[in-house]
Amino acid sequence: MPRLQLSLDELRERALFVRRDIITLLARSQSGHSGGPLSSTDFGTALFFHEMDVNPERLDDPGRDLWHFSIGHVTPVIYSLMAERGYFPLVDLLGFRQFKGHLQGHPSKHDTPGIEVSAGSLGQGLSVCCGMAYGSRFDRSTRRVYCVMGDGEQQEGQIWEASMFAAHYKLDNLCAVIDYNRKQIDGDVQDVLGIAPLADKWRAFGWHVVEVDGHDIPGVLAAFDEARATKGKPTVILAHTVMGKGISFMEDDYKWHGVPPSVEQAEKALAELGTSLASWTRRLETHTARAVTPSANGGAS
Amino acid sequence: MSQPTPVMPAPEAPVKSLAKPEMKRTREGFGHGLLELGEKRPNVFVLVGDLSGSTNVSFFAEKFPDRFLQIGIAEQNMMCVAAGLAALGKIPYLATYGAFASCRSADQMRVTVAYTDLPVKIGGAHGGISVGPDGATHQAMEEIAIVRSIPNMKLIVPCDYWETKKATIAMADDPHPNYIRFGREPVPVVTDANTPFTLGKANVLREGKDIALIACGVMVYEALVAADALAERGIQARVVNMHTLKPIDVDAIERAARECGAIVTAEEHQVNGGLGGAVAEVVVRTHPVPMELVAVHDRFGRSGKQEELMAAFGIKSPDVIAAAERALRRKKG
Repeated sequence: MPRLQLSLDELRERALFVRRDIITLLARSQSGHSGGPLSSTDFGTALFFHEMDVNPERLDDPGRDLWHFSIGHVTPVIYSLMAERGYFPLVDLLGFRQFKGHLQGHPSKHDTPGIEVSAGSLGQGLSVCCGMAYGSRFDRSTRRVYCVMGDGEQQEGQIWEASMFAAHYKLDNLCAVIDYNRKQIDGDVQDVLGIAPLADKWRAFGWHVVEVDGHDIPGVLAAFDEARATKGKPTVILAHTVMGKGISFMEDDYKWHGVPPSVEQAEKALAELGTSLASWTRRLETHTARAVTPSANGGAS
Repeated sequence: MSQPTPVMPAPEAPVKSLAKPEMKRTREGFGHGLLELGEKRPNVFVLVGDLSGSTNVSFFAEKFPDRFLQIGIAEQNMMCVAAGLAALGKIPYLATYGAFASCRSADQMRVTVAYTDLPVKIGGAHGGISVGPDGATHQAMEEIAIVRSIPNMKLIVPCDYWETKKATIAMADDPHPNYIRFGREPVPVVTDANTPFTLGKANVLREGKDIALIACGVMVYEALVAADALAERGIQARVVNMHTLKPIDVDAIERAARECGAIVTAEEHQVNGGLGGAVAEVVVRTHPVPMELVAVHDRFGRSGKQEELMAAFGIKSPDVIAAAERALRRKKG
């Protein structure tokens, strides 16, 4: 299964779809996180639709790249990326956080096909990816391992245990991405508990650091290329982003970290994204994103 | 357990001498078990948090350096690195002191390992107060309560060297997360290389119908000594080695309750949430009988020698005998 490597125009359209999915599923569930999923959307789309070699048709494909969101609370973007990439039908998104659906509030391997390891307690995912990267190298696999972290999550001590481990064992098949949106649930990261200078910290811990505008898809693709080309040490991409990106009244406001939009707010947000709740819900109910190819975008606007 | 335990025709373990038992370290059983697994299974990895020598995983490290992973003093990372390896189909065993494995990395064990249901094998060394001079911080006495409350986890507290070795090897066959608790100091050998070991199935080491002594870990020996003393007074005590705390052998407990009419549990662990509680959970819903619990009663440990600590904290054979007498009085009353 090759990498998808969609064109820039297709990636931007896909990112727009993902944002519409996020708002629509949150409007339906009336529970979940808005801010982080929207800040992760653009680099997440680049990851799923260009960078990674994944095979939703065969989840245990031994050649697949491995991905893991250490920030389990951004399930709206994780599930949207998965559904748009063909892991499960788009209509399932409407069951987000519902008792009868398979999409738990935080990712669960035994509920959702394609989740490699369950997550939800912050600070643990990089360690998991270290184990995956070490084991993959032991197996002489050429696969890459991708870990998405949050910036507030950098306050967890275990992150730095894992950081030391990855550098010590020179895990250059490991690429971490930090969604650096500068907000966490209680406020600005620098006010809650400062993490700066973050790039210097990671460099001091022996990592190759790439800083990029996390909403600039070409820049993100170049960062992934740089990570791929970096040998002898792991790479962390500091993706500078805006919490709530794409929705005017959510942008850069920490109060949107952990709450969903009301139905009225969702209508307003979807209008900004060029659609409506009714028409995007209909799209989720009626379209399938299975077998995504560069020429089939599967969606109304 | 759905399958009934067959009635034992004879005790399963030939206990050679209770007065002068052979003494052997359970951690050596863990080390030797890993060594055997290393030969048999190319997908077994061993991870350690800077305690290779004292957990005896150094045996494996010398023989299989490419599958040995030094993590350093970072137990939380170790638990999750093991999970990452398990997600790739490896069978990772990790080793540190039980105080750290069960408490320091409890959240990692719960969320990443158990919720995902990955076959991570957790080795908790230096379990119980018998650790001795290191004192309270290093005397793990809460593991049973913590580990058995987490879904998908299995928990084994073997009684001696041989059982630790067999349990260590048996864990590799179980595609779920397991925790094994073993100790530091040499402890009496009460089983041998041929004693059967099946995960989840208790062993009856001595038959008796007056009272049942259900024990785990080093307390199995203390229960056997107590049973000898009780026999001299004409009381026939059944001794059940409850090596698997989860899933617990419901049938063996129910039979002990029905056939003996009184139960004493014995463990080197806090009384809250330990073996006694686990047995009581079965007894109250199957066949309620008088029970007494020999355990550490809600106290932190302290420095001292193994023997003096066990006596001071009330978990030696005389304590088991006294508990049996109390239970028997209640049974008759």
